[in-house]
Amino acid sequence: MRNSKFSRRALLKGSAALALGGFASPLKAAAPEASPVTPALIEAARQEGKVAWYTSVDLPVAEKIAKAFEAKYPDIATRVERSGAERIFQRIGQEQGSRIYAVDVVNSSDAAHFIAWKRDGWLAPYVPEDVARHYKPEHRDMDGMFATWRAWLSVIGYNTTLVKAEDAPKSFADLLDPKWNGKIVKGHPSYSGTILTATFQMSRDLGWSYFEKLAKQNVLQVQSSAEPPKKLALGERAVMADGNEYNLFLLKESGQPVEIVYATEGSPLIVGPNGIFANAPNPNAARLFQSWMFTVEAQQLMIEVGGLRSLHALAKEKPGRKPLKEIKLMKDDPVAVERGSEEIKAHYTQYFHV
Amino acid sequence: MNGSLERIRSRTAGIDLSWPVLLFVAAALCVLIVLPVSWLVYYSMTDRTGAFTADNFLRLATDPTFIDPFVTTVKIAVSVGAICCLVATPMGWLVARTDMPFKRTVRILVMACFVTPPFLGAIAWELLAAPNSGLLNQLYRSLTGVSPDVHLFDIYSLTGLIFVIACYTFPYVFVLVANALDRIPGDLEDASAILGGTAWITARRVTIPLALPALLAGALVAFLQAMTLFGSPAILAIPAGFHTMTTKIWSLFQYPPKPELAAAASLPLLVITVLLLRAEYMILGRRGYSVVGGRNSDPRLVRLGMLRWPALVLCFLLLLNPVFLPYGALLNAAFSRVPSQLLSLENVTLHNINFVLFDLSATKLALKNTFLLGALAATIGTVFALVIAYVTTRKAIAGYRALGFLATAPVAIPGIVLGVGLFLSYTRPPFVLYGTLWILLLAFITISLPSAYQQLQAALRGVHPELEDASRILGATRLQTLGRITAPLLRTGVIATWCFIFVGVIRELSAAIMLFTSETKVISVLIFDLNESGDLAAISVLGLMMLAITFVVVVAANQIPGFGGDVRLRNA
Repeated sequence: MRNSKFSRRALLKGSAALALGGFASPLKAAAPEASPVTPALIEAARQEGKVAWYTSVDLPVAEKIAKAFEAKYPDIATRVERSGAERIFQRIGQEQGSRIYAVDVVNSSDAAHFIAWKRDGWLAPYVPEDVARHYKPEHRDMDGMFATWRAWLSVIGYNTTLVKAEDAPKSFADLLDPKWNGKIVKGHPSYSGTILTATFQMSRDLGWSYFEKLAKQNVLQVQSSAEPPKKLALGERAVMADGNEYNLFLLKESGQPVEIVYATEGSPLIVGPNGIFANAPNPNAARLFQSWMFTVEAQQLMIEVGGLRSLHALAKEKPGRKPLKEIKLMKDDPVAVERGSEEIKAHYTQYFHV
Repeated sequence: MNGSLERIRSRTAGIDLSWPVLLFVAAALCVLIVLPVSWLVYYSMTDRTGAFTADNFLRLATDPTFIDPFVTTVKIAVSVGAICCLVATPMGWLVARTDMPFKRTVRILVMACFVTPPFLGAIAWELLAAPNSGLLNQLYRSLTGVSPDVHLFDIYSLTGLIFVIACYTFPYVFVLVANALDRIPGDLEDASAILGGTAWITARRVTIPLALPALLAGALVAFLQAMTLFGSPAILAIPAGFHTMTTKIWSLFQYPPKPELAAAASLPLLVITVLLLRAEYMILGRRGYSVVGGRNSDPRLVRLGMLRWPALVLCFLLLLNPVFLPYGALLNAAFSRVPSQLLSLENVTLHNINFVLFDLSATKLALKNTFLLGALAATIGTVFALVIAYVTTRKAIAGYRALGFLATAPVAIPGIVLGVGLFLSYTRPPFVLYGTLWILLLAFITISLPSAYQQLQAALRGVHPELEDASRILGATRLQTLGRITAPLLRTGVIATWCFIFVGVIRELSAAIMLFTSETKVISVLIFDLNESGDLAAISVLGLMMLAITFVVVVAANQIPGFGGDVRLRNA
């Protein structure tokens, strides 16, 4: 994939570090050494016998990943705690605040969360070997606190039995056409990190006036970014204004009547980092899980069964899916999302009422 | 009378359990009720720094994002109250006072919607009446051949929401009305008939006035249930782009949480509930059941003649909505590859069952938590309610009235308000219970206490003190008497109470949604989680499992005569 797509992340990391200047001295400190998976780590992880993964990836995908890890390490029961990224963020904040240490590894579709967690000192540094070897610096935290486990897009989609290809919307602007009134489904930024990130990028590039107009289209307001694709497949709505590309891949490949549209304005790029919590109840199992998650094996599985995109240098895109480098993207900017998250949600509620 | 009171006093003095029991029970009730409500009031009147402020209430009264949900909630509650009375009264009358066939079946079916979790009903109705994918709308289009844009029903609307809430609230009115009609002595109606009153005059002058208090009480209960319900609005109103008070309160806990506003928004619900319950008490208190109390003779059954079968058909048509259609939709979705497609040989699958039972890592934990909490809450709640009921009906210790009041007080605390109160109370020292099953246990016991207490009090009233007196005269101690005489006589009542608390707990959502953490999830919360990501098939499987468990327990409880006396399950 073209480097320029992600180079802004490096820039952001820099600005993030600057923004956090008062804490530690991340600019000078060298990144921690990569940690190999040793027999001692595996044994210690087996002793712990379990690991809790908080994630916002769609539940069936998350469970398949967890089952694959359990198949590789049968003695480690993997519990998936899935909810929307914004819910996960709230839940973890509440739990840590009440000294309930239940989360081992976390994966969020709102990369901004990792800025907040890192600032609060809640993350533990750990660099899996694959991350050190096969991930570009811009896809991993310079202090080794997290790395981008998955990437995907928030896209437009439509139901092919309800909408003919030539009538389908080509751009976000097309969705404002009165003919789509009452036919659109979309996710919610107070629940979904994908939608929050996408809402940020779209409001930045298209202006809030876009959402003001979209809100008048009588949209079906669901929560998760995984739900608009499901509502399309049910035939409940003809078009989705935002939501996961990966769910549409999976539905389409299983024969459901859905199609993806990459908007001419560009599709919001979403990255989902993975990190280990400092007070993880199962620290060794957490490390083993984190290491495994970034292996080419797990990354390829994520592509195959999850429809997601990998930033692992050796992972291969699945034939039949449009390669990332051919898609016009909107820029991601976790630092700005972190700063503006509350305002984005408030703005959104003002237009969409819930 | 005085003599027997003295006897009782001297007896209690002999064992001297009265003060410890009174103190313990009173303290426990205070912790359960007074603590959360106090924190609620405190939070609502302070700002982040802890300084006194009225800003929260000012915001509540001026901000349209609070006023709109309030107005919506009132609209819903009034409509649901009215619809429930319109539906439940004729049905209750048909079942209690006519010779309609299959009356017992109708009662059982009403019982089924009584125990169906309203949020599950709401999800089932999404499957049935979502404007485009809903099975009923698909059927309508295929029958009439209208274009795919046309729909008959839109469940994502205020009307849809009112309909679904009414579906699962009308049993409250039904139970009250049917029981009142059951208890009206036939003598009074006979007297009217003998004096020359026609059937209509008898109905208008005797039966209806006697049943009216129950109907009014039913309307109030339906109003309160609809007002404090969380699950159905969260499932149907938010997609349609509007909030009710409960969903608004819940949304205030999303990041960044605003507990002080949530506390302030909870108080109106609490105040309205208290006022309405007070009104209910006054209505029932004035009209009284004193005439109705004695069982003189069985009520006369009205002969429907030709109308017997049409009446039954009417009942079944009404019951289509809360029972047959939703259950069918859930079954369909559980076994179908696409929930919006009717089952056929091509799309039948066991994948969903497999997913819920073996792939979904949250299932096992949620089932375990639910069973554990259900059993514990039912056991502790029953024992607790039994002690209080015993003390109050036998007037065993001074201050029994206060205990009775405290035990009934939680009825005035809506689930979501209790959830907020408990959250505020137990996320801070000295009692940090958040994140444990204890906080959920506290919530469930508090919620189930009033109905358990009322039920056991009724059961205890049925056991005449003479039997206990006989035992005592023959030399048994109070405790021996309790164990050998009272307890066996109460056995059925106790088992019924246990079962109803258990069922109430497994369907509870509104308090649980405020209090759960990842490791203390229960089935209802898991279903709600799944709904937010649109996993309808998995929900259907879990929901059917939940219903199956419920029915097993209810059938067990139903072996016990007199179902539904004063049992009040709360909406979730």
